[in-house]
Amino acid sequence: MRSASSPQEGGNPTDIYQALIDIVGADHVSNRQEELYIYSWDLGTTEPHRPDWVVSPRTPEEIQKIIFLANVNKIPVIPLGGGLSLAGLAVPFRGGILLDLKRMDTIIEVNDRARYALLECGVSQGQLTSYLERRFPGLTHSEPGAPPAATVAGNVAIHGQGDLGHPYGFNSDMVNGLEVVLPTGEICRFGACSIGAKWFTQHPLPDVGIFLGWTGTTGIITKISLRLFPRKKIRGTAIFVVDNEEQVPDVFHRITHTQMAEDIVAFSQTIPPYASGLQHFTINLAADSDKELEFKQELIFDDALGDYIRRGDGGYLGFTRGLQHPQISKTADWRKGGGFEYVGSIMPVSQYPECYRRGREISERHGIPYTVLGRCIGAAHAMMFSWTYAFNRADQETMRHAKDAMHETDELALKLGGTIWKPGLYGQSLVMSRLDPNTLTLMKKLKQLLDPNGIMNPGNWEVP
Amino acid sequence: MDIDRDAARTEILRIARGEDSFVLHECVTCYACEEYCPMGNHPFYLIVQRQEKLDIPPLPRPLIRRGINMGVPFRGEPAIREINGKALLIAAFADHMFLIQGRIFEGLPVISDDPRKMFHYFCQLMYLHYARESVINERLPKIIDTIAGHNATEVICFHDECYGAYNSYCPAMGIDVPFRTVHFFEFLYNRLLELKDLIRPLNLRVAYQRPCSSRLSPDKHHFVYDICKLIGAEAVPRKYADENAICCGGSIEGQRREGSRKLALELRRLNVSDMKDAGAEVCIFNCPACYHTMCDLLSQEGIKPIYMSDLCRLAIGEQPARGR
Repeated sequence: MRSASSPQEGGNPTDIYQALIDIVGADHVSNRQEELYIYSWDLGTTEPHRPDWVVSPRTPEEIQKIIFLANVNKIPVIPLGGGLSLAGLAVPFRGGILLDLKRMDTIIEVNDRARYALLECGVSQGQLTSYLERRFPGLTHSEPGAPPAATVAGNVAIHGQGDLGHPYGFNSDMVNGLEVVLPTGEICRFGACSIGAKWFTQHPLPDVGIFLGWTGTTGIITKISLRLFPRKKIRGTAIFVVDNEEQVPDVFHRITHTQMAEDIVAFSQTIPPYASGLQHFTINLAADSDKELEFKQELIFDDALGDYIRRGDGGYLGFTRGLQHPQISKTADWRKGGGFEYVGSIMPVSQYPECYRRGREISERHGIPYTVLGRCIGAAHAMMFSWTYAFNRADQETMRHAKDAMHETDELALKLGGTIWKPGLYGQSLVMSRLDPNTLTLMKKLKQLLDPNGIMNPGNWEVP
Repeated sequence: MDIDRDAARTEILRIARGEDSFVLHECVTCYACEEYCPMGNHPFYLIVQRQEKLDIPPLPRPLIRRGINMGVPFRGEPAIREINGKALLIAAFADHMFLIQGRIFEGLPVISDDPRKMFHYFCQLMYLHYARESVINERLPKIIDTIAGHNATEVICFHDECYGAYNSYCPAMGIDVPFRTVHFFEFLYNRLLELKDLIRPLNLRVAYQRPCSSRLSPDKHHFVYDICKLIGAEAVPRKYADENAICCGGSIEGQRREGSRKLALELRRLNVSDMKDAGAEVCIFNCPACYHTMCDLLSQEGIKPIYMSDLCRLAIGEQPARGR
């Protein structure tokens, strides 16, 4: 493991440790090696780097003071939500202060009528889900396939998608407003809340885009207002199967045309054997009555896909009540050692066949059981396509294969006309090498303007 | 399929001659003709054979491929241990081991209790629904060898399909079965007799959801009533019972024929409304596939779905394991 550099410029470590204690209290700062060790790791293949301090603030004002301290001493600050990105996005590449935001976990408000939730940045997906189930059973949010410990703000900050991606798009499209601590310490609000109104809309005020997709390099999101959606009494999953990957874009197109589904995911994987070589669709349906459910099933499976079934090209496998979130993490069990990482891309749906075939080739070349998945975003406007690679954490050779496979896949994603979703450092460099030079210059200017000391999550999105 | 005796005779002869028949296209694979045949022949096995030969699959191609792949073991070899006594074969339902508990199963070793390796014990008869007799014939001898390796004196088959495989299909196909099998209901009945002192009448009105594979062992069907009588459960008189039973629709909903999905739904509704009309409080299952297909609808209609083994446990004062 690479050890963290000592604070880059100025600042006696002991003084900084004491200053951090003064800000958040001794129970919420650590410089103990065993704790720094834990925070040095990402769950994927990224090489670990130790932070110098781990701090767990409770308020935006505490974060503000930490940022002031970091600027004075030019110390890197790395915000951490659930720590589940897998791409090394919260690995402290240059040491510094790792901000574990999980203590900021208050659900401040749920507005039943305007359908939004105002959350602190440490609120997890599972926490929000269970809160809504208990207190607001008629509301739901777009829950991603990540484990429930993933934070809502972290997911939005990387343009995540969830199980309402088909009707409502990316989770970052569901933001009504943000509170952000800027890299220079100012606390800013965006959306209707910035003029003292409720947190019910982001529009038509200045955009929050400079904080989404930047991996915490432009500020620390401390509050988020997220749109909620109607939750029907019956929710469940129907399965449809085809054996020709060329048919997948058409099936996506037909199902989205009905506008009857909540979520549409296509997948194929070596393990278990039944899924190998076939393309399974999980189609989430929701209804308030059996009548509504049957109406939706009829439109999708009898009308839109009926000719597939009658020709024998596609099969309906029934509807099961209750949602199971498709967790890519199950792939970790594909081989001994429990490791996995994936490359995600935002890709035109028409590229599914090529993504599947080329991904399978890469997996097979590296001796890894293949696992691919495409989640429909919007009315098939795009899909999030992921290629997952399992490895044995105790076997460096399998980790090397997984890492090489992911680098090849990063390149493949761009070659096929997609963009890389939440790229790690390698993917970021590939994206920036292709970025429009003027866009790149604008990014650099924005970064310099917002973060003149370059303290925010350094290593990520560093424009050369 | 609603046809008279003459038409049935004409069509089965066509099928026997290897010719096409509308029956091959319209068969919903309910297995019932195996029970109905007055000559003790195996019309359904013949239908499946011809469907495969003439390439008239009841299911779409991807579902057949998926089903065939599903039975492929992929998590290592089974741990064969000699039993030298009775054993329960839970086969491809190892994930239902939660049902195997309490006094009834006390001291009874279980073959195939590891869900990772259960397909080494999968009788393969499911592929009758897929028009893939060839897959059954190719794989079944190895499965039989694996089970025989445990050297059990009696193999109690948890699922009707396994019992049907070793007592109907294998003899029909000339496949040797070197172990003795016992139907699950027969085992339950005999265990209840041994535990008779513990039985307290349930005083429940029950309906039985007969699975398709029970058509392969109609001689064991009486145990449903024998058990009910023993535990003080009243089997309510139903329109769709015994020979007139209709299936859960699980194997029909994915079929190619137009209207299959709706037909499956209709069959479930017919079953449940028939149970309701007959005043059933509880619906008994043996087949987990039937259970999962119908449990939601039953619950909505106020009828409690329960496995037969759980009902028996309830009668001797134990708490049912409940469905999962």
